Amino acid sequence: MRLLVVEDDREAAAYLRKALREAGHICEIAYDGEEGFALALDGEFDVFVIDRMLPKRDGLSLVSELRKRGVRTPVLILSALGQVDDRVTGLRAGGDDYLSKPYSFSELLARIEALARRIAPQAADTVYKVGDLELDRLAHRVTRSGQEISLQPREFRLLEYLLRHAGQVVTRTMLLENVWDYHFDPQTNVIDVHVSRLRSKIDKGFDRPLLHTVRGAGYMVRDGAR
Amino acid sequence: MTALAKLFRTTAFKIVAAYLLIFALFAAGVVFYLARHTQQLVVSQITETVDLEVRNLTEQYGIGGIGRLVDVIERRTAQPGSNLYLVTAYSGDALAGNIVDIPVSVLQNEGWSEITYRHPEAGNAAKESRALARVTFLSGGFRLLVGRDFEERDRLRQILAQPARWAVVLIVVMGVAGGIFVARRVLKRIDSMTATNERIMAGDLTGRLAVTGSGDEFDRLANSLNAMLERIEALMSGLKQVSDNIAHDLKTPLTRLRIRTEEALRSAKSEGDYRAALESTIEESDGLIRTFDALLMIARAEAGEARHGMSDFDANDVAKSVVELYEPLAEEKGLRLAADIDGPLPVHGSRELVGQALANLIDNAIKYGAAGRPGDKSEIRVATHREDGSALLTVADHGCGIPAGDRGRAVERFVRLEPSRSRPGVGLGLSLASAVARLHGGELRLEDNSPGLRVTLALPAQGGEGA
Repeated sequence: MRLLVVEDDREAAAYLRKALREAGHICEIAYDGEEGFALALDGEFDVFVIDRMLPKRDGLSLVSELRKRGVRTPVLILSALGQVDDRVTGLRAGGDDYLSKPYSFSELLARIEALARRIAPQAADTVYKVGDLELDRLAHRVTRSGQEISLQPREFRLLEYLLRHAGQVVTRTMLLENVWDYHFDPQTNVIDVHVSRLRSKIDKGFDRPLLHTVRGAGYMVRDGAR
Repeated sequence: MTALAKLFRTTAFKIVAAYLLIFALFAAGVVFYLARHTQQLVVSQITETVDLEVRNLTEQYGIGGIGRLVDVIERRTAQPGSNLYLVTAYSGDALAGNIVDIPVSVLQNEGWSEITYRHPEAGNAAKESRALARVTFLSGGFRLLVGRDFEERDRLRQILAQPARWAVVLIVVMGVAGGIFVARRVLKRIDSMTATNERIMAGDLTGRLAVTGSGDEFDRLANSLNAMLERIEALMSGLKQVSDNIAHDLKTPLTRLRIRTEEALRSAKSEGDYRAALESTIEESDGLIRTFDALLMIARAEAGEARHGMSDFDANDVAKSVVELYEPLAEEKGLRLAADIDGPLPVHGSRELVGQALANLIDNAIKYGAAGRPGDKSEIRVATHREDGSALLTVADHGCGIPAGDRGRAVERFVRLEPSRSRPGVGLGLSLASAVARLHGGELRLEDNSPGLRVTLALPAQGGEGA
């Protein structure tokens, strides 16, 4: 993917560029709002990563100006302000996701990849399929190897989100935000317990596990054989 | 001079001056009206007298002709302070009377006119006087003028004007003096309040404004300012307490972080050792970030900053989803998380913050709510209901509870009642829940669940009674 990172902290920006390149992405850096605006209008990018507080032009006005000009590229806003209402103003300005500083790189990467996937066509599919696991979004049915698996509504939504991002790392906070619609930090491992319940329903009794734990990052649904 | 200028600039003085001006104008109006009215009265008296005399003389003329008229007039004019008379023949020659030098035109027309005349005895040296006179044409071409001097009216005017002038001077002098007096009194109180305020601003937060006890508006102001100072002092000492706690509870993990890093640098041999040290560093810093976020959130909730992000939501939806979020975790810890939730419970506020507060309460209950004695039922009950316009979200456990004496302290930041601090957490859960409750205009109640603890998050409910 081609990414544009607008970040005025040069050290953080350099680290991001290096780490994103290692993850296989091409990364351009702008150090202030004006430069970021010019680059965003010029280049072809898959995702913008924009810091909220920037010299010359702040991140929020940069995002809303881009949206006004019809630029549809997904935007991840980075900010030291992480409270509920800050997030709301960030998303209202046209951001697609909001990550508060300090963040872990794995969280940032997972969110960037999830954003890029959002506009990919398979998001609109009615049936998600990984290996022999199938989830029918319209019929609310989950089967594995043709065998029906009964899930609680929340477990269904959890699996649906994981399958939509199949092959990508999904972090615990992403799950809490997208499946439960809460943005706080649950302090304890509540999400892990839900995932392990789900895992026992979809993986138990099958020789090939599909729901994997990615150490230090989160979870991923992937067909191991592929 | 500057003191005087300051005095003139005071509100009290300005009010007095304005009042004085209005009062002076009013007084002048009254005097003017009185003077006018009196004058009119005098004039009407004059006309009445003159009319009577004209009737009388006309009668005399009718009885005895011009000779009798001249006789009567001569008799009248001989008396001191008499009216003014003049009788002329058709030719204009004066036949009798006590005035000369009146303009000829006056006698041309019948009726009233104001005239200027001289007394004939005084000759040319006599001063001119003004009078009101009436001219009557008699049969035979004779003309009769009867008038009366304005002297009386002028004297009355003088009598009135003099005291009126003095009254105005007096009003102004007294007004200015009163203004200065009132302004100085007010200024003195204000000055003393300002001085006290400046002392307080300079850092002496224990200072209070003097209250005279008279119950006047300055006392009320002083009382309310004192109450404000009381609150500020309490907040400041609270802040100091909090910053002491923050210093302690943030420095402890920072110290641990530093020691581990140092230790790794000093003694790590393999890559695995380094990796382990770095991983624990990240874990420790994540914990610090979490603490920091919670503190910021409490601070912002307490400052009321989250208020503009509020909306209407169903507290029962929140309760259901949070219970559902924690249910598997509770089960894993051998606890049953039971929910007693039904019907919509509309609340105005931040869904996110209420959810987090409730999550903290359930999290606490899971951590500390395991039955103290074997055989006690290990159930955590989450219930919501509406009571007197409040939406109550209750989390009750059967754990060790909190002794009544410690409940007030339990909601303070970083307070962990378990001295060994062996269980996870930083002691911000209840403070956050309490800050959220206060942000919504509600409260957090800690009660005995015998055994165990019952925590109630009371929020003002939307709609229905008292909301």
